[in-house]
Amino acid sequence: MTQDLIVYSLFMGYAIAFMVGLATIFTWVERKQSAIMADRIGANRAYIRIPFTRVKLTCMGLFHGLADGAKMLLKENFTPTTYDSFCYNLAPWLAATPVLLVFAVVPFGGVLMPGHFFEAGLLRDFFGDRAYAMQVASLDAGVLIMLSISGIGIIGIMLAGWSSNNKFSLLGAARAASQMISYEVVMGLALISLVVTFGTLDIGQMVRLQSGQLFGFLPAWGIFQQPLAFVLFLTASIAENKRVPFDLPECESELVSGYFTEYTAMKMGLFMLSEFITIVVASAFLVTLFLGGCNLPYLNDGGFLFPGGSQILLPHLAVVLLQLVTFLVKVFITGCFMVQIRWTLPRFRYDQLLSFGWKLLMPLAAFNLVITALVRWFTLRMI
Amino acid sequence: MRKQYWNKPEMDLWERVYILEVIRGLCITGGVFFGNMFKWLTFRKGALTAYYPEQRRADYSPNNRGRHILTQRPNGKVQCVSCNMCATVCPAYCIEIESEVDFDDPSHPKSPVRFELDYSRCIFCGFCVEACPSDAIRMSQDTPDLPSFERDTMWATQDLLLNWCPSKDTLKSYEELPADDQEGH
Repeated sequence: MTQDLIVYSLFMGYAIAFMVGLATIFTWVERKQSAIMADRIGANRAYIRIPFTRVKLTCMGLFHGLADGAKMLLKENFTPTTYDSFCYNLAPWLAATPVLLVFAVVPFGGVLMPGHFFEAGLLRDFFGDRAYAMQVASLDAGVLIMLSISGIGIIGIMLAGWSSNNKFSLLGAARAASQMISYEVVMGLALISLVVTFGTLDIGQMVRLQSGQLFGFLPAWGIFQQPLAFVLFLTASIAENKRVPFDLPECESELVSGYFTEYTAMKMGLFMLSEFITIVVASAFLVTLFLGGCNLPYLNDGGFLFPGGSQILLPHLAVVLLQLVTFLVKVFITGCFMVQIRWTLPRFRYDQLLSFGWKLLMPLAAFNLVITALVRWFTLRMI
Repeated sequence: MRKQYWNKPEMDLWERVYILEVIRGLCITGGVFFGNMFKWLTFRKGALTAYYPEQRRADYSPNNRGRHILTQRPNGKVQCVSCNMCATVCPAYCIEIESEVDFDDPSHPKSPVRFELDYSRCIFCGFCVEACPSDAIRMSQDTPDLPSFERDTMWATQDLLLNWCPSKDTLKSYEELPADDQEGH
């Protein structure tokens, strides 16, 4: 019991640190990557001076995230004359909380056996042979939880738009709502075809099923089994994230900044932070469902096992660390890819956005689901 | 009825299948990104911009109107005769002159004791140079050290105009441009 409490507290701490830390790093990545893409240098002026010296640490602009946070905390908290100040104050929290909650079902590693870190000693005596899946909440219906909780986030955004007493905010919220609904459908259909392929709703089980090989050499990742669903899910998750090319709810050129026009200081910061955490969470889901989660090709619980028959045995601690780092690196690279898309594509017009969602992506997702179901049915019959 | 536009966009099949164009765009931006990233990783500059206040671009025009210089007589005294013509012609009213009289020097009795120029207002038109009857004020090629946090520190005093020493930020130093890369990129 105590052991469980300790391990799950550690998991929760790791999950929150993972999300907030990576989100802060992604503010830097977004600045620097867009700058390098555009032949610029990028943010590099914020510095921390080592006390009593003249050495200024700039660390390639990493401190701009800290400077942003400090600025948002210290800014004036302007409140518009709205008739519903309770909802106005509640909205940022409603927008930020589901994003943090939804990460609970993501497995960020394989199986953790703290007793097996060392041959003998305190850990061995305390934990024994207990094994934990590295996941905050190992739920049977992880996919459903993920879809439902990430759908709740729109309530905060709509509330922000409605309670701001501002036409720009209202328009942004209405756009966000209709966009969310359209792309939730695509996301759900893409996920269902994945569920049909793996035959489970448990995300941890999905990751374990991706650890093998297809045809003997290809890693059995979701992207190789469901390439179309990957593209659809990627598109839908960028749309859910409300980033370019789907940033209609907050496009600066039309609606000052959309649903959070009337927000200042840290309330606006919460919206920004939840946007960047959404990048992390969306990439975490992409990695978990389609890119093999914490699996490296040919790595299993004992070490590497190559197709030729040769193998490298690794201790349990090394395997656990390797899986954590693998997940982190995969999430980082996927997030960078999303940033690259954000700085490459122009924004859709609103009718294009909706017709793209309903007339192209949804039929494709439905088609993919039908094909997947047929293939699955035939393979099950043959066995 | 759907409105027909005279500049209706013509898209071929390749462009209609949006994802192919998306991949092409990603290849372009990704190519630029990795090219520049490779330059940064091999300790070269992968950007066109200069670190402005610390680094100056060397490709300013030879007749660029930059910071002002007060010329000096051979004996080191200021050339200016304090006639106030530059301050009169100045369209931005940014020159202030306070004069003094020295009766012991009959050839140059009047000279400024205070000649100050407000760079927060100067528009660099060069009228002061043209108005000057005694070639006392000139404009040099390089730019004044403008970046500042408050307007009060953007005044150039007489000492500064006579003997310009750009106040370099010694606290933070960037590396100098290599000799073969003087265009700033």
